[in-house]
Amino acid sequence: MASRRTIPRVVWQGQVCDCIVEGDKIAELRPVGDTETSGEELVLLPGLIDCHTHLREPGQEHKEDINSGLAAAASGGFSNISCMANTVPVNDNAAVTTMMLQTAAEKKPEGPALHPVGALSRGLAGKELAFMYELAQAGCIAFSNDGVPVSDSGLMRRAMEYSADLQLPVIDHCEDPDLSPGGVINEGLMSERLGLQGVPSISESIQVARDILLASYLEVPVHLAHISRRESVELIHWAKNKGVPVSAETCPHYLLWTEEEVAGYDPLCKVNPPLGTADDVTALRQAVREGVIDILVTDHAPHAQFEKEIPFSRAPNGISGLDTALSLCWSLVEEDVLTQKDLIRLWCRSPARIFGLRDNGFHPGDPADFLLFDPGDSWTPTPETMRSRGKNTPCLNQELPGRIRLNCRKGKALYGRFPQETA
Amino acid sequence: MEWTHKDLLSVTQLTSAEILDIFHLAENFEEIGTRPVKKTPTLRGKSVLLFFAEPSTRTKTSFDIAAKRLSADTFSLATSGSSLEKGEDLRDTGLTLQAMQPDAIVIRHSQSGSADFLAQQLQCSVINAGDGWHAHPTQALLDGFSLYKLWGEFRGRTLLLLGDIAHSRVARSDIELFTKLGASVRLCGPRTLLPRYIRDWPVTVYSDLEEACRGVDAVQCLRLQLERQRSGLLPSLREYATRFGLRKRHMELARPGARIMHPGPLNRGIEIDSDLADSPESLILDQVSSGIAIRMTLLYLFLTSISRRSE
Repeated sequence: MASRRTIPRVVWQGQVCDCIVEGDKIAELRPVGDTETSGEELVLLPGLIDCHTHLREPGQEHKEDINSGLAAAASGGFSNISCMANTVPVNDNAAVTTMMLQTAAEKKPEGPALHPVGALSRGLAGKELAFMYELAQAGCIAFSNDGVPVSDSGLMRRAMEYSADLQLPVIDHCEDPDLSPGGVINEGLMSERLGLQGVPSISESIQVARDILLASYLEVPVHLAHISRRESVELIHWAKNKGVPVSAETCPHYLLWTEEEVAGYDPLCKVNPPLGTADDVTALRQAVREGVIDILVTDHAPHAQFEKEIPFSRAPNGISGLDTALSLCWSLVEEDVLTQKDLIRLWCRSPARIFGLRDNGFHPGDPADFLLFDPGDSWTPTPETMRSRGKNTPCLNQELPGRIRLNCRKGKALYGRFPQETA
Repeated sequence: MEWTHKDLLSVTQLTSAEILDIFHLAENFEEIGTRPVKKTPTLRGKSVLLFFAEPSTRTKTSFDIAAKRLSADTFSLATSGSSLEKGEDLRDTGLTLQAMQPDAIVIRHSQSGSADFLAQQLQCSVINAGDGWHAHPTQALLDGFSLYKLWGEFRGRTLLLLGDIAHSRVARSDIELFTKLGASVRLCGPRTLLPRYIRDWPVTVYSDLEEACRGVDAVQCLRLQLERQRSGLLPSLREYATRFGLRKRHMELARPGARIMHPGPLNRGIEIDSDLADSPESLILDQVSSGIAIRMTLLYLFLTSISRRSE
């Protein structure tokens, strides 16, 4: 018989419960009488799912590798993560997918589970479809050209049709590269003041509109990556009202920071799409609350320190996000921007639904993937405390609220410790 | 039978009764091919022009043999070195050919609608031997005839068309013919090779080949034009073969006695497993001989109705 373990007195959505785990599954979530919370209890959350990361292996292990990326995911509260295909070589064939999965299984046999995203086009070159069936057979759960926008709408159409037959989503990095050549920051007052080449918001929204129209015409789904602008949100809202099968994601950094962060030319704030305006942040916060944007992802994009320590325009895009995502989002809960329920929907329920993964609803038989989170504590991401090899985040050395005490996947601790059991 | 058509442009113009009449006649004409002397004087003095502006081996030879078995004279235009290659437009070519006074012109052309175009220009009969993605009526008739000889009755039968439907004149003509005769038609292929508005066609669409084969009476594999991969509709031919190549295990799901067809030429190992193409269930070679009988029948109907009309 599978081992049985009780995690006593944890708070699930405001209610004190005992969480009972049997083997790798949830046996029961049992409310503890009418006991009031003492404020000392840990918060119980389902294991998070991040469907957009870059783990850099194979090819750029000086930035991150599968082992360090999964370690960062474990300490960040994730039980499942996806990794994008822009590795070297590109994950556009079964051999690379298989290598990724084998490495993950060897280095982190207990998880977090890795779910590769296959390339949409061969070599991400945007010319020919990648071997999508072969990638699906090898274990890819979606297709994307992330990092290299698909400007050929004909190819985008074929990719969406082909993957619809495979019943796997296509994730589009929405950017019209002809509108953003050399852009390094949002096109606006800040770019003009700093004398930096701007990326206009329409570079994203035009591609969002295209993808929505493709999905509407073809009647097949499309998932829009890292949405960052108000117009994009408005288009997605319109599309969903019309019943177009579109889903979308954004990242914590687009809910928290604006182009103002770039005022000191800090390369740690350089990301693609670039940080937007306060108005974009307002629109995105409303969109995640209302479900216009379905999910949150980190777009974890680790870089080596030396790569970011160069002048702004030359520095690579990207923010390292796996370590800090939950604490950053908890700060939004503290500000009443989001509720705990929103967090669970945005990081667990909806990503599981869109990407066909199993999440933990704490029903008997659900996978025992959960976190114990201490909202009363805090931590500070530093090069030493971050597990990711990439320390490139604007919140480096800033104190963040909350702390993960345990990340448990399938009944086993990936990070932290089980609390003392009571008899 | 009463034959009132001037031209054969697509299956659309034929009634199911006419199609069955063609099959009945074809059974008689097929018998001629089994004689020691495979020739009758039926169409002596008639001339048939074979105008193939697109490469073709089997259809052209089939028409040529059909005409000669009925003692008609055939003339063919070579594809290469023809005035067409020198840039002459189809209307001038057609009028020039008509001035040579053939009784019928058989046309194969890469442009959809070219047979209709020629038929409007010319007084003689025009028989469409394949125009672009539009129609290939004699292929559909010979496919139907091959199965008619086995089945007799089409109602209650299911045919699966497998492969590139969007760019296939064979698929369009087969769908029309088999549904007219009361058979059900299924389609299977990657969505990138299916027409967008296929849900409005009188067919059932499958994306999984095993599901598509379950309980069918015949499978017609369509030739995969290898340029479909180059034009971005498929990731690779290998993936196509893995997902949509017909294999023995698929036919094991079909109704016992189910047949395998292919209009040719075959890409062995891509749309069809090589052994399967040569198996006893394969009708592929019968399709070729049925084609001669069907084309004899059509030439007979057109060329004798002309003389009746002029009497």
